[in-house]
Amino acid sequence: MYSSFGKITRRALMAAAVAMPLAATSLASQATAETVMRVIPHADLKNLDPIWTTAYISRNHGYMIYDTLFAMDESFKPQPQMVDTWTTSDDGLVWTFVLRDGLKFHDGAPVTGEDVVASLTRWGARDGMGQQLFGVIDTLEAPDAKTVVMTLKEPYGLVLESIGKISSNVPFIMPKRIAETDPFEQISEYIGSGPFVFQADEWVPGSTVVYTKFADYVPRDEPVSAAAGGKIAKVDKVIWQYFPDATTAMNALMAGEVDYYEAPAPDLAPILASNPDITVEVNDPLGSIGFARFNHTLPPFDDADVRRAAIMAMKQEDYLAAGIGDSAYWKTCYSVYPCGTPLENDAGSDLMATGDTEAAKAALAKTGYDGTPVVIMQPTDISVLSAFSLVTAEKLRDAGFTVKLEAMDWSTLTSRRALRDPVGEGGWNMFHTWWIGADVIDPMSIAFSGSPDKGWFGWAEDAELETARKAFSQASSLEEKKAAATKVQERLWAIGASGELGQFFTPVAYRNNVKGLIKSPVQFFWNMSVE
Amino acid sequence: MLFYIIKRILMTIPVMVVVALFVFLMLRLSPGDPAAVIAGDYATAEDVERIREQLGLSEPIVVQFTKWLGQLVQGDLGTSIFSNKPVAELIAQRIEPTMLLALTTILFSVFVAVPLGTLAAYRAGSWVDRVVMLFSVGGFSVPVFVLGYVLIYVLSLNLKLLPVQGYRSPFTEGIGPFLAHITLPTLTLSVIFIALIARMTRASVIEVLEEDYVRTARSKGQSEFKVLLRHALRNAAVPIITVIGIGIALLIGGVVVTESVFNIPGLGRLVLDAVLARDYPIIQGLILFFSFVYILLNLLIDLSYSLLDPRIRY
Repeated sequence: MYSSFGKITRRALMAAAVAMPLAATSLASQATAETVMRVIPHADLKNLDPIWTTAYISRNHGYMIYDTLFAMDESFKPQPQMVDTWTTSDDGLVWTFVLRDGLKFHDGAPVTGEDVVASLTRWGARDGMGQQLFGVIDTLEAPDAKTVVMTLKEPYGLVLESIGKISSNVPFIMPKRIAETDPFEQISEYIGSGPFVFQADEWVPGSTVVYTKFADYVPRDEPVSAAAGGKIAKVDKVIWQYFPDATTAMNALMAGEVDYYEAPAPDLAPILASNPDITVEVNDPLGSIGFARFNHTLPPFDDADVRRAAIMAMKQEDYLAAGIGDSAYWKTCYSVYPCGTPLENDAGSDLMATGDTEAAKAALAKTGYDGTPVVIMQPTDISVLSAFSLVTAEKLRDAGFTVKLEAMDWSTLTSRRALRDPVGEGGWNMFHTWWIGADVIDPMSIAFSGSPDKGWFGWAEDAELETARKAFSQASSLEEKKAAATKVQERLWAIGASGELGQFFTPVAYRNNVKGLIKSPVQFFWNMSVE
Repeated sequence: MLFYIIKRILMTIPVMVVVALFVFLMLRLSPGDPAAVIAGDYATAEDVERIREQLGLSEPIVVQFTKWLGQLVQGDLGTSIFSNKPVAELIAQRIEPTMLLALTTILFSVFVAVPLGTLAAYRAGSWVDRVVMLFSVGGFSVPVFVLGYVLIYVLSLNLKLLPVQGYRSPFTEGIGPFLAHITLPTLTLSVIFIALIARMTRASVIEVLEEDYVRTARSKGQSEFKVLLRHALRNAAVPIITVIGIGIALLIGGVVVTESVFNIPGLGRLVLDAVLARDYPIIQGLILFFSFVYILLNLLIDLSYSLLDPRIRY
């Protein structure tokens, strides 16, 4: 006791001598401590191949570890990312891309033109926009290590929009040996050239994903702008920690156990916003678009007039209030392209904008509808879509339809919607979903297809619609594109392809020490830091 | 005894085969399709069909079952359709949190419930008994998630004593972080097991306390403590051990809600996620695993009877 408080003893001196270097080491390690950002992603990362699956969480994973030739900026224009320079021949048929210097994969190998050719080829076999692009590609070659030459059979106005598309499936560049995997089979190696490295041995599906900063990544010089610009990893490690329970996720953020919550439920947002240490804001300018899909092949919705009558009964405000709730996170939008994007227009939209039950009733009476029941698949495990289904059932009943709601989980719905059988044999008449804004930003989205063979569930068939979409793909100037997109929209409403249920936004929530969020329809983690 | 153990272990084989067949058929005949989940919203019906073919889901059910059985015989539980990871590896990743949560819950529950139940039995009809029974009814009645959220709100968010969520391994991250993270889920889960075990203990001990040998022990002048511990509790142990054994089995296979509320990456969540995504190999592998654990626990419980009660012989 005495030695401890009043007198310096030999033992105390020895202890101090041992402790001082330890303390110094501790201080030094604190100075160089790795920075970690803990994130609650919007979903569990179940699969690591962003070409094999369209899941948004796999796409976000793709952005962490892969890079793209072009990338969409804030104004939805494709900007070069891995590409340094590019040229187009006068006839618009030959596109030559030269890669930037210093591009490297995480295993140290340089990125070559052959890697690009193999990656684009695999993507082109799976992605809708990729399939259309490869439909007009004559040859795709890598004449040298840094150059890729794409030769088209006919002019195509969406080359850069396709290889720079922002959402699933994104044409990520992988090493050739990985990209040569069958497009319908999963890759088994996860090597990219993006700003973060995936730590395979730390991946616990259903729980944790760990990424570390890729020290050899060479970012562009331009400032960050959505997916474009310099991708600077500002933290050493990003940990995605999946929370199956929204309340626990909220509690963890409030307790400071995580830094960033990608998709809190709108009903939890006010609680989070009341915490002075937390910021809640909408980071995705496009949001998501609610969608009521008809089966065009089965009665009663094999008749365009019946579909239009059903659309007339739909009122966006009712759907959004029931499905989303807080009006701070939704707005009506009667353009088939997200409001606030270059192709937004109101052609033909008065059909949807009325939400008039009486007009719908009158329109239905004129069709000779015989009372055939409308089977609506209701996914009860997804609250927003379950609410949309209930609203539709009510609206259609009010308009004079006979409605049969069939409750099921989303997995069952996704398998059943692929069936083209009659209703009695497993078929269906309607289901609801949503598209993120970036996926329906132009007429090339599969949501707007008028070709039943290559088209989306519901199998709309309309030659005029396909002609209008083709015209869009061949348009070169923005004005031409706008005109073509307007025609597509007019046609979509004319045939009553689908009901548009409004635009809604999921906020993000984060501790105030998180800086550098990128405004974008897709969640990126470069440029973000934890201070 | 050894012959009995070998016989019981051999009997697990036909049981496991029946379970395997049942699980396989149930999954294949229920609606839902992993290929459709994988293909996502943008896929065409053609894409979904190609993925089904790639996954081998288009083959006749008999062929699929034979292939799976062939894998099982070689000790291969299969590979997850979604994560492409071996099912055995996924189970191995999740088994530690589940097992340790089960262990801490059962230990804590037994530590609290057996003395409580014995005391209630000893003071049957008194206020002590009533308080214990009131707690038991309460423990059964409060849903786990409600109790979990209340504990998080009070102990984590307000008092900041314990973390809200997560799991830390005692083997890699130390005993301190492990205890900090396992305390709340253990408390939450223990309430229902304390209620269950305390009731069973009380009922068994009351029954035994009326036996002649207890009266004899008392008349020999043995202290009440010895009477309770040596004569009453030991003879009342068989049903209590049965309840504890069933509790362990339930804890290993079915604590999805607790694992979700406390964000513990355990087996319960693995099976739930797999069911929602229709990841057939994981569901099949896990149900087989759970069946094996149930069979093993039942065997251990049966064997423990002979240790507690010399009259039971195999």
